[in-house]
Amino acid sequence: MRYLLIEDNQKLAGAIVERLQLDGHAVDHADRLDAASACMDVADYDLILLDIMLPDGDGRDFLQRQRRAEKRTPVIVITARSAVSDRISLLDLGADDYITKPFDFAELEARCRAVMRRQGGAADNQKTFEGTVLNLTTGALQFGDASTNLRNRELRLLEVFFAAPGQVFSKSHLIDRMFSFSDEASENAIEVYVARLRKRLEGSGARIETVRGLGYRMIPA
Amino acid sequence: MKQPTSIRKRLFFQLAAVAAVLSLAFVMVVRGVASQAAEGTQDDILAASATAIADSLTSEDGKVTLELPYSALSMLGTINEDRVFYRVMVQGETLTGYADLPVTRSPRRLDTPAFSTEIYRGDEVRVASVLRRVANTATGSEVVVSVAQTRSGLAAISRRITITATSVGLLFFLLATTLSLLAANSALRPLRRMTGAVTRRGPSDLRPVTAEAPKELVPLVDALNSFMGRLRSSLSRTEDLISEAAHRVRTPLATVRTQAEVTHRKLNKPEHKKAIRDMIRAIDESSRSAGQILDHAMVTFRADSLALDPLDLAALINETCDRLAPTAGLKDIALLRELPDRPVPFNGDGIMLQAALHNILDNAIKYSPEDSDITVRIASGSELRISIADQGRGFGGMDLKDLTTRYSRGANVGDVVGSGLGLTIADEVAHAHGGRLELSHSKEGQGACVSLILPYV
Repeated sequence: MRYLLIEDNQKLAGAIVERLQLDGHAVDHADRLDAASACMDVADYDLILLDIMLPDGDGRDFLQRQRRAEKRTPVIVITARSAVSDRISLLDLGADDYITKPFDFAELEARCRAVMRRQGGAADNQKTFEGTVLNLTTGALQFGDASTNLRNRELRLLEVFFAAPGQVFSKSHLIDRMFSFSDEASENAIEVYVARLRKRLEGSGARIETVRGLGYRMIPA
Repeated sequence: MKQPTSIRKRLFFQLAAVAAVLSLAFVMVVRGVASQAAEGTQDDILAASATAIADSLTSEDGKVTLELPYSALSMLGTINEDRVFYRVMVQGETLTGYADLPVTRSPRRLDTPAFSTEIYRGDEVRVASVLRRVANTATGSEVVVSVAQTRSGLAAISRRITITATSVGLLFFLLATTLSLLAANSALRPLRRMTGAVTRRGPSDLRPVTAEAPKELVPLVDALNSFMGRLRSSLSRTEDLISEAAHRVRTPLATVRTQAEVTHRKLNKPEHKKAIRDMIRAIDESSRSAGQILDHAMVTFRADSLALDPLDLAALINETCDRLAPTAGLKDIALLRELPDRPVPFNGDGIMLQAALHNILDNAIKYSPEDSDITVRIASGSELRISIADQGRGFGGMDLKDLTTRYSRGANVGDVVGSGLGLTIADEVAHAHGGRLELSHSKEGQGACVSLILPYV
């Protein structure tokens, strides 16, 4: 996915860019509204992450300009406020969703997926391995004539394998990708989810193999 | 406690007191004038009668004689049934009439009648005396003619006048009192209109008062408007301050949290990872508490003067559920909605109700195990009941009443992040709408069920 991050705090912006890149996303960063407009003129983004307080204007005005110009790129506002009334006014202005600082990237990713599902721009966000198609936005898993919808954690786990087929991932790496920080996750939980994915993938061209002492990897069936 | 003084009462009593004094004066004056007039009439007739008698005095052989003209006495009969007495004295000797009738002593001037009120035979009588000099001898004799009449007729007249005057006075008083009541009310109408214009306002309406005010109230309205202006700017300064403070605190927290996530991904040793996880949890906890404290302050502020907007609760619940679905999805928790397809109308404060629902749902998500369901139902009967049931650890036998008190948390929350304000916020929102929050054990399994019960207003 290609993100445009509009945030004036350099340290936060740097951290967000690095964090999103860890999950394999492309991120452009603009620290002012005019820079953001310039970025949008030359590139198409799947999603805009917009801070409200910016040095050359209010993010809300930017949002309104976007909506008036009929630019439908989904916008998730990153706000420092958390009072309910502020949240409501943000949505009235045309934001697709908002997230309060500080935020959990797993939650941000979940919100991005939800926004893109609502926008219908999910079709091209998919990966294929050995005839098995995984839609990263909707969580739909397709092979042959069969199609199932993965639950959130199953999707997050399978996404890791689809990103690098054949690569071995350790249990602790998989835990990091699957669980948020408020969860107390054990390595047994990974085994449970791997077992579920194996069931989901039965009959497909892919399977998940246990590599003793190292972890798991996805290989052709 | 001292009762507040009422302008209406004071105005009314003052006007009524003036009316009472005027009525009383009216009665007194009418009574005085009327009885004086009646007395004057009697005096005139008595004097005419006495003069007529004196005019018929003649002298015969050096003696004073009198042919009493009966018309002189009959004219007195015009006033009522009163008894008439007369006495004619020549040089102090009674010539004719009632020898014991008291005579007006002074003044003694020729042909000028003198009057006095005397007691005769147990009755009050009015006496008119006329002094006449009759030339029967060389020196002549002084003759005093006195005519007297009892005064019961006069008393009757005076009584009648008093009754009439008193009734008229009373009528006037009642009329004046009614009018002063109306006057007091109408004088205060602009004040009431202004009070209405101010009290009907919503919680955040600090616009100047534009209700038409009479000249006398203009300074008060101006003072009120300037006060509201100051309050408005103070509130907006506070809001700016909170916004600025939130920005200054939350932005670096977001930086730290993001960097911690990046670091966590790069670290390998479990003890290092645990340290970072603990750090992230602490950040989440402080951010969550700050959010709830702000929500709580907002709810308290809005509860003071509740906005009653027409809402669709089904849409409100759907919106809140949509908002929280991604958060729930992180734990594979499904938010099941058992809502009617049609709108559920309700008059209330949408922002407060959303805060309540958000906090209840947020709590339910936090305490629910992964791979579980949270069910949101709405049931309407004589009151609306929004229930949110989870399959979590329940309330663990704790006294359900204590859970809604500020900062109190369940006995079995273990490691879950929380400030204990969530249910307090929901409880306060319910109470502001005249409803209540009910905590019970959920029907499905052993989880908790939180019901927000709202009466129709």
